[in-house]
Amino acid sequence: MNEGDNTSAALFIQCLVDSHYPVVGEAMVRVLERLGIRSYYPDGQTCCGQPAYNNGYVDAAKKSALHFFQVFDGADTIVCPSGSCTYMVRHHYPELFKDEPELLVKAHRMAAKTYEFSEYLRDVVKVERLDSHLDAGVTVHDSCHLTRGLGVHRQPRELLAMVKGLELVEMDESDTCCGFGGTFSVKYPDISGALVDDKVDHILATGAEYVVGCDMSCLMNIEGRLHRRNERVKVLHLAQVLAAEGGAL
Amino acid sequence: MIASDKSYRELAAAAIQDEQLRDNINFIQQRIGKGTFAFWEDEGNRQWRTRVKEQRERSLEHLDILLATLAEKIRNRGGNVYFAKTADDAVAYIGKVAREHDVKRVVKGKSMTSHEIGMHPVLEDMDTEVLETDLGEYIVQLAGSAPSHIIAPCTHMNKEQIADLFHEKLGMEKSVEPEVLVREARNVLRKKLLSADMGITGCNLACAETGQICLVSNEGNIRMATTLPKVHVAVMGMERVVPTLQDFSDTLQLLTMAAAVQDISTYVSFMGGPEKTDNGDGPEEFHLVVVDNGRSKILGDGEFREILSCIRCGACLNACPVYGRIGGHAYNANYPGPIGAVISPLLEGINRHADLCTGETLCGACKDICPVSNDIPRMLLALRRTLAQGSEYWNTSRHSRTEGYGWGVFGYVTAHPGLYRTLLKIGRLAMKPFAGTDGWTKKLFGPAAGWTKHRDLRPMARRSFSERWKQRPERDR
Repeated sequence: MNEGDNTSAALFIQCLVDSHYPVVGEAMVRVLERLGIRSYYPDGQTCCGQPAYNNGYVDAAKKSALHFFQVFDGADTIVCPSGSCTYMVRHHYPELFKDEPELLVKAHRMAAKTYEFSEYLRDVVKVERLDSHLDAGVTVHDSCHLTRGLGVHRQPRELLAMVKGLELVEMDESDTCCGFGGTFSVKYPDISGALVDDKVDHILATGAEYVVGCDMSCLMNIEGRLHRRNERVKVLHLAQVLAAEGGAL
Repeated sequence: MIASDKSYRELAAAAIQDEQLRDNINFIQQRIGKGTFAFWEDEGNRQWRTRVKEQRERSLEHLDILLATLAEKIRNRGGNVYFAKTADDAVAYIGKVAREHDVKRVVKGKSMTSHEIGMHPVLEDMDTEVLETDLGEYIVQLAGSAPSHIIAPCTHMNKEQIADLFHEKLGMEKSVEPEVLVREARNVLRKKLLSADMGITGCNLACAETGQICLVSNEGNIRMATTLPKVHVAVMGMERVVPTLQDFSDTLQLLTMAAAVQDISTYVSFMGGPEKTDNGDGPEEFHLVVVDNGRSKILGDGEFREILSCIRCGACLNACPVYGRIGGHAYNANYPGPIGAVISPLLEGINRHADLCTGETLCGACKDICPVSNDIPRMLLALRRTLAQGSEYWNTSRHSRTEGYGWGVFGYVTAHPGLYRTLLKIGRLAMKPFAGTDGWTKKLFGPAAGWTKHRDLRPMARRSFSERWKQRPERDR
């Protein structure tokens, strides 16, 4: 967990961040820059293949994975702004190739060098202080793959505690699923809608201005429900909070 | 179970509208579920569950020997053991025993396996009255409904609803005092227990070393149902056996802890055969029905074998956010909740229960709370693979060729970045007509319509991260 490189990192930009939230990727780059870490973006990135994998289509997921191997072959340390995509690489890639020894070795190699953003900062770079400053009340949503899958729970909070002016108000059931579940949200909209509605209620009960997380897919789900309910609370990726200077975003 | 002709989606959607249902389930999830989670915070308790999991897996490796040992010991004491290959075999055997004794009234202990084999309707067709004596099961039976939780059968009801039911069915004066309601139920049940010809129960856990089955309860009904009638028939899933008394003790206490946050249940009953001259306890005749009904098939598939470690504590139901909102009946299967989402398709048909395989978020709370750490999300994924590819072993046909084709395209596109980028651009343009003035989309069509049923969709960024990165000055890349 602490073997990674703390001077340069390859950016593994989740497809959703690429298409909908490029500012999150850029915030991550800024935070790394300020810590003296050179980040670079290996060209040709697409999607890690998790949507296909979660629907049971392993052959399709393997195609995505093999492409990922190609793109990130030369990288020493890979950092990703998503717990879910990191989980895919760390746990499901080895599962995908468990019967193909040569590819399994590659999968394990990828798994060992891929980190979620907050765990990279705390467990690899061992960040102790940040010059971030955001005058705001925030609450944290613990996404499932991040919290239960990767066991990353304290790291985002430890980093938020280093942000000047920030007040963290914990919500009830912060680690209860927001109801996203990938294509589940589209296939079972009523169940998904009920879960995200509960999540929004818990967020609103804190009175926070922002809900912060480490997975834009969950946050897009929450944001979509907040918008439907005409609520003013905004979603932010942890990187956006850490990139804030001078008290504002 | 009482099957509905409605789909999982429809039943779930209706349940979600039921605010009372949600409060009722929330009660058990907060009270028991949170207590079980707290129990695992202790390192020693976590080691305990690892130990039990290993023991469960070892038991599964030697199931044939353990079951043979158990059967031999029970037979040596004059008990009968019947190995039922199918549900029908099990029911036919129980029916035969009932006929032999001219049974008119059966009192039952709580048993999900007895529901699984569909015993009730067959016995009732023989003009035998079958009465549930577990309070929750009794309530559900009075309501003409099915258990909505494998440990707490009527968890979908609150005391007001139960009071209404008792008022309607038993003609008692309306009262929401639990003591008054329980006393009324006890009056009915006591009489029936005293006059029953046969007791039928499940089996929480059996021990090969001692040749006994064991049942836990908090109401004392099990003790009466197994000792008062002349005949006792216990129905057990064939995986519910452990080798030694030490394993047994470890597992049983973990079961009550995970199920009800109890060090041990109020009553623990052991049965290993009929009464004897030197031991007046027990029925005149004892039968153990060991039910396979598809379990050997599960045992034969490495992907799913793990689910046979399950000790049916119901903890996963107390942790699952989906179960918390839709309740047990929406699963439309004998076993609801996360455990049901895996075991019901395997026992009752993967195609039939396709929605149970795909209708969860894979959040992993079930795995976290499970006393034997069963990796339910992993097995749900394995079920989805079975649906995607079809399986001769599981007699499962491919779920959807269109979907398969779609994901094939997805795989191809993600391996071709040029094409991927082009499609993103097309997508951005194609989405525009659907967007409102603020750029957000409130209504989508076709397969994406689900997203906007309860949510809005933010617009795609004008330029993707990848495009913006390329425009950075060279030195910053």
